[in-house]
Amino acid sequence: MISYIKMKTIDDKTVKHVAHLARLELSDKELKLYSAQLASILSYISKLNEIDTANVPPTSHALTTLKNVFRKDILRKSLETDEAIKNAPASEGDFFKVPQIIESTDRVQDEGK
Amino acid sequence: MSVKYETVIGLEVHLQLATNTKAFCGCSTKFGSRPNSQVCPVCLGFPGSLPVLNEEAFRFAIKTALALNCRIQELIKFDRKNYYYPDLPKNFQISQYDMPLSYNGFVDIAAADGRRKRIKIKRVHMEEDAGKLIHPKGENYSLVDYNRGGMPLLEIVTEPDMNSPQEAYDYLTKLKSILEYLKVSDCDMEKGSLRCDANISIRPEGEKKLGTKVELKNMNSFKGVKAGLEYEVKRQVSVLEDKGKLIQETRLWDAEKGVTASMRTKEEAEDYRYFPEPDLVPFVVDKNEIEKIRETLPELPEAKAGRFQKEFGLSDYDAGVLTSQIDLADYFEECTKLYPDAKAAANWLMGDIMAAVNARNININELGLAPAALVGLLKMVDSGSISGTMAKEVLAEAIETRSNPEDIVKKNGLAQISDKGSIEEIVKNVLQKETKSVNDYKGGKKTALGFLVGQVMKASKGKANPVMVNEILKKSLGE
Ligand SMILES: [Zn+2]
Repeated sequence: MISYIKMKTIDDKTVKHVAHLARLELSDKELKLYSAQLASILSYISKLNEIDTANVPPTSHALTTLKNVFRKDILRKSLETDEAIKNAPASEGDFFKVPQIIESTDRVQDEGK
Repeated sequence: MSVKYETVIGLEVHLQLATNTKAFCGCSTKFGSRPNSQVCPVCLGFPGSLPVLNEEAFRFAIKTALALNCRIQELIKFDRKNYYYPDLPKNFQISQYDMPLSYNGFVDIAAADGRRKRIKIKRVHMEEDAGKLIHPKGENYSLVDYNRGGMPLLEIVTEPDMNSPQEAYDYLTKLKSILEYLKVSDCDMEKGSLRCDANISIRPEGEKKLGTKVELKNMNSFKGVKAGLEYEVKRQVSVLEDKGKLIQETRLWDAEKGVTASMRTKEEAEDYRYFPEPDLVPFVVDKNEIEKIRETLPELPEAKAGRFQKEFGLSDYDAGVLTSQIDLADYFEECTKLYPDAKAAANWLMGDIMAAVNARNININELGLAPAALVGLLKMVDSGSISGTMAKEVLAEAIETRSNPEDIVKKNGLAQISDKGSIEEIVKNVLQKETKSVNDYKGGKKTALGFLVGQVMKASKGKANPVMVNEILKKSLGE
């Protein structure tokens, strides 16, 4: 596990960006730690690049033999409204209630642009 | 010296498919239901739930792609488009990225010079719709209704092939016409089942490189698309003429103010981190299956217009108008089965009837005038039992009161007198009374004839067939 630290870290900026896209707040300490860990994972995964896949068709799914799984266009019972919003952290009337998002202005400030 | 600019427009249409259930679950797609009453663990993104593709939605998608002359992807897969926004319960949208359902299609429109212009379709792909956010005024929270979340959508993207707002309008009209023929969507912009965004840029004429592009949103009618684009062309030209610089941005059309305004948001490049949706297996449609679906395609607007020209001797223009809407085309064709003079039926349809339909903003089938009823009216004109002018009035009343034209004529005793004997009788009486005018006429004062015609019409309460009145009068006066 110590080896994380020794690995070449991926760009802090990249990790910060990805964390922001996932709406995760990272302290500087966490940022360093995750950068190192992600670098390790990426380097491990990059081993796959050593295999020659020139003649292998792209695989988009783990179950390569399974395809064309459909359902018929037939109505099924939905949840009752009360049931649907029961577990929501906040609700009002028939609606889920969420903090208002003023799109991206927070993002701009975050990144000091 | 002013530079001439060329406008470059590409359009992106989102279409809700008219299936009974959502794209990946069995929830209803009905519009206007109680908020959050058409949701389930799948479309709410509960842990452990799995999406399964709606076969009918997939079939609609292939059918549409074929009608738009697209090639179908050999291996179709779905991807996750990741972004955080409360209208997406899963924080990703199931969409298609690098292997869209179909690509490389085209739609032909009539260009300004009357020739056909081909608008290339870059791709048609499937995705799911997002929920609906409501922002209560003055509050710092939003309310979410997920009934729309997970509805099956088609995204239809053109190449930047349109060079004027009018061409964009013509493309949308043509596309909607095709989609209505296919019956894959109700194409109702007011309900949001058809939405359109545009990319627009300008460049000096002759320049090969594309100019800075603006994404234009929030247009909720085709007229709005055209007006928004027209405004953008003017704005962009004036920015460049003032030696300013255009910035790549998203702007919203404000229909009330008639302007576009910057959203001032997307400071960073969109980063959706697409990756394959592991919960859905790939889809492969073999050639036979595609051909089978192709066989279910209806006769499309252009083919129908060609046939109308050949079969009914209509002009290119008339055939184009009558086939622009499937309901209108079907209505016309129904008339032709009951009535031999297709041209006359076409004229009435494109004149008074379309005017009434457009004024009411309804569909021809909602007018309450069956093809047989219209044909009944035309036959009354042909037989001379009513005049053309009277027919217009009867038609207006029939539409207004949703009644049958023949009943109106009968009820109001409007039928024209075209019976020769009856008219001769009236003429005889008038000539006996109006001896002065008769003598004037015979003495060479030809204008006296007009007076006599008027008297005959008056005596018949306006019902005598004026052509016959003229003939019979002249004959009686010895001509
Ligand atoms: Zn559902």
